[in-house]
Amino acid sequence: MSRNNVGAPSTMEIVHRNLGRRYRAERRFRLIGLLAIVSSLLFLALLFLSIVTKGASAFRQSFLLLDIHFSEEAMNVDNLAAGDYNGMVKEALRKMFPEVKSRSDKKLLFGLASPGAAFRLQQMVVADTSIIGSTRSVWLPADDDLDMLLKGHVDRLVPETERRLKDVQLAWIDDLTEQGRLRLKFNTTFFTAGDSREPELAGILGATMGSFYTLVVTLFLSFPIGVAAAIYLEEFASRNRWTDIIEVNINNLAAVPSIVFGLLGLAVFLNFFGLPRSAPVVGGLVLTLMTLPTIIIASRVSLQSVPPSIREAALGVGASKMQTVFHHVLPLALPGMLTGTIIGMARALGESAPLLMIGMVAFIVDVPKGFLEPATVLPVQIYLWADSPERAFVERTSAAIIVLLGFLIVMNAAAVFMRNRFERRW
Amino acid sequence: MNTCRIAAWLVALAMSAFCAEARAARDYISIVGSSTVYPFSTTVAEQFGKTSKFKTPKIESTGSGGGLKLFCSRVGADTPDIANSSRRIKQSEFDQCRNNGVTEIIEVKIGYDGIVLANAKNGQRLQLSRRDIFLALARDVPDPDREGQTMANPYTTWQQVNPDLPPQKIEVLGPPPTSGTRDALVELAMEGGCEEIPWIRALKEKDENRFKGICHTIREDGVFIEAGENDNLIVQKLDVNPQALGVFGFSFLDQNSDKVQGSLVDGKEPSFEAIAAGEYPVSRPLYFYVKKAHVGTIPGIEEFLAEFTSERAWGEEGYLSDKGLIPMPEDERASVGMAVRNLTPLVLP
Repeated sequence: MSRNNVGAPSTMEIVHRNLGRRYRAERRFRLIGLLAIVSSLLFLALLFLSIVTKGASAFRQSFLLLDIHFSEEAMNVDNLAAGDYNGMVKEALRKMFPEVKSRSDKKLLFGLASPGAAFRLQQMVVADTSIIGSTRSVWLPADDDLDMLLKGHVDRLVPETERRLKDVQLAWIDDLTEQGRLRLKFNTTFFTAGDSREPELAGILGATMGSFYTLVVTLFLSFPIGVAAAIYLEEFASRNRWTDIIEVNINNLAAVPSIVFGLLGLAVFLNFFGLPRSAPVVGGLVLTLMTLPTIIIASRVSLQSVPPSIREAALGVGASKMQTVFHHVLPLALPGMLTGTIIGMARALGESAPLLMIGMVAFIVDVPKGFLEPATVLPVQIYLWADSPERAFVERTSAAIIVLLGFLIVMNAAAVFMRNRFERRW
Repeated sequence: MNTCRIAAWLVALAMSAFCAEARAARDYISIVGSSTVYPFSTTVAEQFGKTSKFKTPKIESTGSGGGLKLFCSRVGADTPDIANSSRRIKQSEFDQCRNNGVTEIIEVKIGYDGIVLANAKNGQRLQLSRRDIFLALARDVPDPDREGQTMANPYTTWQQVNPDLPPQKIEVLGPPPTSGTRDALVELAMEGGCEEIPWIRALKEKDENRFKGICHTIREDGVFIEAGENDNLIVQKLDVNPQALGVFGFSFLDQNSDKVQGSLVDGKEPSFEAIAAGEYPVSRPLYFYVKKAHVGTIPGIEEFLAEFTSERAWGEEGYLSDKGLIPMPEDERASVGMAVRNLTPLVLP
């Protein structure tokens, strides 16, 4: 045999000949892998950059300093809400620019203040009636067109006919800026108000509360049901054709497009059970259906990863099957289950398609105070603002995306933290 | 096990509380319908919520057809009180309403909306006719060599459509078929242009299906790009592509007049004044419909109607005109307002 090999290359020679090629192949693969990661990071950075640069300015808002005289004549003693607050704003502006006389110019002047300014004054009076009769300097929200100009989203140099702000208004604005009566301040309205058609009055609190109520319902239904289903299927159910069918169906459900769950919700919860449209409780039920498969699958995987020795030891010292599961297996599997749940919740938070069918894509001004009041959720709010004609909604759309991304990052970070803190490796 | 029992009781309690609450009547107005009317309806709703003792109405943007379907499904607190529509209610929808027990509907015409074809400011402003729009966008166009025959649309530049237009590529970004804006583009601009061709106009009486097939079908070879319902996105796309034209409602042109310019249609500029005077050809009336059976049951409907039809809302100088709604002439406002105050139901044959 060895004689036959004389002249033929030895194994080491073959290895050496191919070595360069194999190294090159490895380097190539590493390079491709690196490129894939770099390009995806690049896209991510681009996305974040565009959202942050567009949205950052929404966290500040233009305010006008006006000397408001809370005159007694303008008040309605019986009904404080019915006072002529708009008139007070107009009066203050008129005093500042007494030279404005013509009707159309006046309309332009009054247009500098937001329609919400009067509402702000009304709240002040309702909160403290002692200010009636006095004159106060109040920072009031400015109109969205003015706001866009101050933030540099409007070009002053285009011809007057093509601008929403006219030349006289620009002169007034410059005047006000010089007097220090026009300033960008932190936009608290954005975090404390519900939706509005006036960009300067619109906020995300309504949508955030809607998301909160919806997720509470989702969590309290999907976590117990999902975990119970996983424990039963993994620990108690016998392996037969039925459990196989159920298992395949759960895996398939995890891949069903979310809009299908919306249609199901419309047919079952609204049309059959007669639950109210647009209510967070229905949204929560629909999202429960959507997240259940995710939670069941994650929970089963984490139950499977608990080593059989734990179960055998518990059974060996005389624990019943149920005691084994609840005293020994479940506590060890819980961190994995929670991670799965949080990831399912994060997906539910970002979902808008199934909610379209059950009426949660709606204009809702009042901040919802319960599970049955009409509500909308953060992704839907983003969608609605993205579709609004006013330019100031562009930055608010991005700002709402920043807030939603913030929530998602916090939830995912919590999942990672819990996994690292509590998970045991075997 | 004790905790389990407590949990079970809590769940049962929550369920019963919840069902009891669900049965209670609604105390806010529920509005559904057109995404074109949505900006106006929401503005009035917000104003109404802030200045009256009633809750702010809830408004869903479902599209005109979807909204009327929900509206007509039943009478009862779980159905909408008002349906917004960017077109008049169809006979079939009216019949469906009647069959479902929704017998009395109040029609409120609120004003007009213009459909504009706009391009970026740095591009050349086009002077189109409805005939040009039809020839540029239809799937089948009349064959110039054979009278009464059509051919697949061969035009790729505006100059081929009409020698007076620039040799610019035809590229139009517009809404998808589910949109009311698209319906208006088809019915007002394309059908209008279509009727200028004599043999097609003759078809209208003889073979209506063929007429509609020719006039109402938009080409699908990539020249007309469906850009989704998001009109802001269309404006942004126009900004970077001066070649392209975008189709959207007048309020978007109004808000973005520093970025885009509306093309002239039949020599008329899409301006507030021209649409209000009825001179601009591609404009349509906007409506909403009220369920009379709900007036009195759901609080605030009459007051909401009063706010919507008040001069400070829909008048020439009203806050809706700031949002881009084109007001009706004064006498029309007066007659619609009168019908609304008397809650006069709509009568269709």
